[in-house]
Amino acid sequence: MSLPSQPGNLAAHAAPGGYYTPPPSWWPLVGSVALLTLASGFILLLAKVGAGPWVMALGFAILVFMLFGWFGNVIRESLAGRYNPQVDRSFRWGMVWFIFSEVMFFGGFFGALFYVREFAIPWLAHTPLLWPGYDGAWPTEGPGLKDAFTPMAAWGLPAINTLILLSSGATVTWAHWGLKSGRRGQLALGLLLTVLLGALFLTFQAYEYHEATFSLKTGIYGATFFMLTGFHGLHVTLGAVMLTVILLRVQAGHFTPDHHFAFEAVSWYWHFVDVVWLLLFVFVYWL
Amino acid sequence: MDAHSANPAIPVPGQPPRDYAEEHHGAPPGGLRRWLTSTNHKDIGTLYLWFSFAMFLFAGALAMLIRAELARPGIQLVEPAVFNQLTALHGLIMIFGAIMPAFVGFANWMVPLQIGAPDMAFPRMNNWSFWLLPAAGTLLISSFFVPGGAAAAGWTMYPPLYLQGGISYDMTILAIHILGLSSIMGAINIIVTILNMRAPGMTPMKMPLFVWTWLITAFLLVAVMPVLACAITMLLTDRHFGTHFFSAAGGGDPVLFQHVFWFFGHPEVYIMILPAFGIVSTILPTFARKPLFGYTSMVWAVASIAFLSFLVWAHHMFTTGMPAAGQLFFMYTTMLIAIPTGVKVFNWVATLWKGSLTFETPMLFAIAFICLFTIGGFSGLVLALVPVDIQLQDTYYVVAHFHYVLFSGAAMSIMAGVYYWLPKWTGHMYDETLGKTHFWLTAIAFNVTFFPMHFLGLAGMPRRIPDYALQFAEFNLIASIGAFVLGAAQLLFLYNVVRCIRGGKPAGAKPWEGADTLEWTLSSPPPYHSFTTPPTVR
Ligand code: HEM
Ligand SMILES: [Cu+2]
Repeated sequence: MSLPSQPGNLAAHAAPGGYYTPPPSWWPLVGSVALLTLASGFILLLAKVGAGPWVMALGFAILVFMLFGWFGNVIRESLAGRYNPQVDRSFRWGMVWFIFSEVMFFGGFFGALFYVREFAIPWLAHTPLLWPGYDGAWPTEGPGLKDAFTPMAAWGLPAINTLILLSSGATVTWAHWGLKSGRRGQLALGLLLTVLLGALFLTFQAYEYHEATFSLKTGIYGATFFMLTGFHGLHVTLGAVMLTVILLRVQAGHFTPDHHFAFEAVSWYWHFVDVVWLLLFVFVYWL
Repeated sequence: MDAHSANPAIPVPGQPPRDYAEEHHGAPPGGLRRWLTSTNHKDIGTLYLWFSFAMFLFAGALAMLIRAELARPGIQLVEPAVFNQLTALHGLIMIFGAIMPAFVGFANWMVPLQIGAPDMAFPRMNNWSFWLLPAAGTLLISSFFVPGGAAAAGWTMYPPLYLQGGISYDMTILAIHILGLSSIMGAINIIVTILNMRAPGMTPMKMPLFVWTWLITAFLLVAVMPVLACAITMLLTDRHFGTHFFSAAGGGDPVLFQHVFWFFGHPEVYIMILPAFGIVSTILPTFARKPLFGYTSMVWAVASIAFLSFLVWAHHMFTTGMPAAGQLFFMYTTMLIAIPTGVKVFNWVATLWKGSLTFETPMLFAIAFICLFTIGGFSGLVLALVPVDIQLQDTYYVVAHFHYVLFSGAAMSIMAGVYYWLPKWTGHMYDETLGKTHFWLTAIAFNVTFFPMHFLGLAGMPRRIPDYALQFAEFNLIASIGAFVLGAAQLLFLYNVVRCIRGGKPAGAKPWEGADTLEWTLSSPPPYHSFTTPPTVR
């Protein structure tokens, strides 16, 4: 991934039109209304109020409307050539820091997993007065729960999923090469393969969830397992949706060999999701 | 900073400032649309500042109720359950609704002006970051009116207590998620603006200190707000989806929440003080009429405070029964932070040394900041000592500590900044007499309110309890009287600000002769698009 070059580069200022500052826009406000509606619906749902799911659906619809409108705006501005190299650098930095915030999000859950495995569980196992007979062997649902379960084995489906996701990282890079050297066929095929591999991964993941002998409620093992893999799956879904949008934009002829930040942003995101999976594979499935 | 005294863009006294205004599309849309759809960093900054002020008054009103209840022993005004709602929401709204948005408001207004940029890097996202705040504020404030009342488990939201509440607890979690989203987007915007939008020639070590402190603050925000999101997501799933993150029976641990929360929480307190350092480091040189002492060491001190802030979180957890090795580690790292903090305090004092000082309102607030923040830093050091903290944890000593750093630190630096930049924002001078009255009332009432809390804490009065033993009565009454004066004084602040917006002596481009940052090269108020042609900084 090519990082932004020297910040504060002077050449950019000389470009015609200067830094693009967009005119007033309603989309941010629409986005806020969407999130408030979505959140309120969720709260109602949790309180088991009947209207909850409907309010949530409304909020989600407004959110999707906003995303279409806002990104539509951005795409039109980009096609109209409003974005000079300095704006492009802003987008790059923005995406880098967004991904960093995502890294910290997953970091928090991994931290919780490590803390539980390294500290909390051994301490529980060493308090025989409270929990006599608890040995604290991982994976565990804790001393208080007694449901039988089989932990997820690493070297079956998860290993295959690792291969799938790694290949999808390769195909998206292959597509990028195609884009950079103007081979549109390779670009479209690479993207399509990436989306398909992502969908295959999600299908296997859904199958794995379906076959699992434990759930979110199965003590700390179930909680960390489903929280980490679930949020990862959500990110893969989002990434696949974004890749699809990029594929459609490729078909619409939006990108040129040297002007295609949206493509790069999504591929950075995809690689990030890939790396998270590798860590999941090692620390959630394997070790 | 001394780089700026040689800056040719700074107008010579007596000469008109260069006008960077662009002729076309220079005006905002009229009416409400200007605020609802804004993509202008100054308008959005104004929105942030007003929102923050409204939340400051609301959370302040909650504090008045708390102090009214605590004025005398016994339960007189509110039920214990309501009292707990008041303390929890006072903390949450002050932190997320008042202090943080105020600093983001300053960043919006001043960062583009101080680095010579036309606007923020992402003007539309900037507007979204703002408009998420009223959404979250709605959830928080309306949570008082749902069955069961607002969340009453403290601003720190510890399980297992937090797991037991009703619908308002979910409203609080969702509100914090939205606030986090707003903070992350705002922080990314600020980082990118600073990295990518600086005027030609403004190398990093020529950036004004306020810009430096915000760059590092924004980094902290992007790093820890997602971790807070983790913590409250786990609360939510433990509450509703049967996970056992915080329940020992399922192999979890309530202390896990404290670790994740404070991994966010301690950097968070620096998020609320680093921009204050930036504001004070801007004001002191202006009114001392000499450059900031030790610019480079100031930058390094801020950076090392930020770095260390990731290694000290468990000093909030000394009484949770962690192993002695952990207690020692966190004690020493915490004490280490005193070193860069001390560097800053000494540099400020050295900036004042032999300056030609004048004491306008911003300067008064800045000097009070140095004195009172330092007291808060010292009480922090006291709390960092494990054996001492085991006595003081969850007493009023902690309350005294964090109000010295948060009120006389963060909040008073915000007041200093408002008085300092009001002339630039509005084009008018504020009323100096009113400003000074506000200052003295605030500074004195603040100490009357919070200094006795040190004694109360040392004597063992627990925090977050609506009633207390008779021996604590006198100091509590004194604190409550101070609090009412402190609260009333802020209405004077509001009055003074509104008056200044409405009119007043014209400020001119540069009302403070000692100021030397780029914003003073623009007219007051500045043109709608700040620097359409970037100034050159040598
Ligand atoms: C020299 C610097 C500092 C040191 C050594 C320090 C140390 C500490 C310690 C050890 C505690 C835990 C006390 C306890 O709960 O028993 C504490 C609490 C606290 N500190 Fe500081 N602190 C420092 C600066 C700051 C600053 C700059 C802020 C904010 C601007 C701050 C805000 C807080 C808050 C809000 C709490 C209480 C949190 C709660 O339990 O609700 N501190 N500090
Ligand atoms: Cu701390």
